[in-house]
Amino acid sequence: MNYIETLLDKNGLMVAFLVTGLIMYASEGISSLVFRKKIPGSAIAIFAGLVLAYIAGVLTEGKNGIADLTGLSGFIQMGGPVFRDFAIVSTAMGASFAVIKKTGLIGIASLFLGVILSFVSGALLAFGFGITDAESLATIGAGACTFVVGPVTGTAVGASSDIIAISIGAGVIKSILVTIGTPLIAKYIGLDNPKSAMVFGGLMGTTSGTAAGLAATDPKLVPYGAMTATFYTGLGCLLCPSVLYFALKAITN
Amino acid sequence: MLLRGVALLAGCFISGQLLGETLGRLLGIEANVGGVGFAMLFLILAQNELEKRNLFHVEMGEGIIFWSKMYIPIIVAISAIQNVRVAFTNGMLAVLAGIIPVIVCISLMPLLANKNQR
Repeated sequence: MNYIETLLDKNGLMVAFLVTGLIMYASEGISSLVFRKKIPGSAIAIFAGLVLAYIAGVLTEGKNGIADLTGLSGFIQMGGPVFRDFAIVSTAMGASFAVIKKTGLIGIASLFLGVILSFVSGALLAFGFGITDAESLATIGAGACTFVVGPVTGTAVGASSDIIAISIGAGVIKSILVTIGTPLIAKYIGLDNPKSAMVFGGLMGTTSGTAAGLAATDPKLVPYGAMTATFYTGLGCLLCPSVLYFALKAITN
Repeated sequence: MLLRGVALLAGCFISGQLLGETLGRLLGIEANVGGVGFAMLFLILAQNELEKRNLFHVEMGEGIIFWSKMYIPIIVAISAIQNVRVAFTNGMLAVLAGIIPVIVCISLMPLLANKNQR
């Protein structure tokens, strides 16, 4: 049986693709059968990943989630920084400066406000929980932006893996909340035209949550919200590990 | 054509990371400062520029779109290798950090959207 383990570890990346595919397939099923697509499959899959990492952590007492299990070491490659950053950069395709310009300053202001307010309130909350080092505060503040900005910032400033896990958790919860909450509050916040959808995407940022939430509200609004939300992750990745982190470092010192 | 798209993406990726790494060094920290953000910026600018000159082929876009569709599976893999066992002791923080910022941001919505209509 030993040669099977060796084979799985040697082709680790392919095993990771296969297992992730199975997780996502099962999550799509749970999404449509149990939640009637009210919670997107992607959000369930990410949550399932965190649950599996937790179970693996308890079983192996290791630090790398399911990558510590025999045969699943390839998850280190698939979830590593190269694939992650490459995929994130690719999502910028299709975003156009010309279209976002049309919303004028308000669209850009909502992007900056969305990133900065999420970062500050996330960092303040973490501080309230007794965390005091700038690296961890910045990572959790970034996680309050999206589940992408959190780990990118955490890796850049050198935060610990458990703090990065909290930041991903925060981003996932935000995504689920936006998905479920958007149709419920849409009429109270005037979310019924392309312009307000762009402002909404700028303030919320979570692309999957915004797109899914707007689809449940009014499918015509999806591209507008998703467009500003696309810029959000880039802006968050630009601001959080740099300007906002330095500001935090200056304050904590 | 397909690979040209991937190559364009890779070019933007490398130059963005390089700029982020250089900026980090100039700022005196051992960190990559906004490399991903810069790379995204380069990709948007490059695509706009190529489209203007009619050089952006559909198949080039497909090479990039493949990777943007891989982004959720990769995030699933990232979440599966995190130290969740340790994070669990701070579980409440993750929940609140996901909820409170959304409420803060949504409270600004009417203000910004109203200004927008005028």
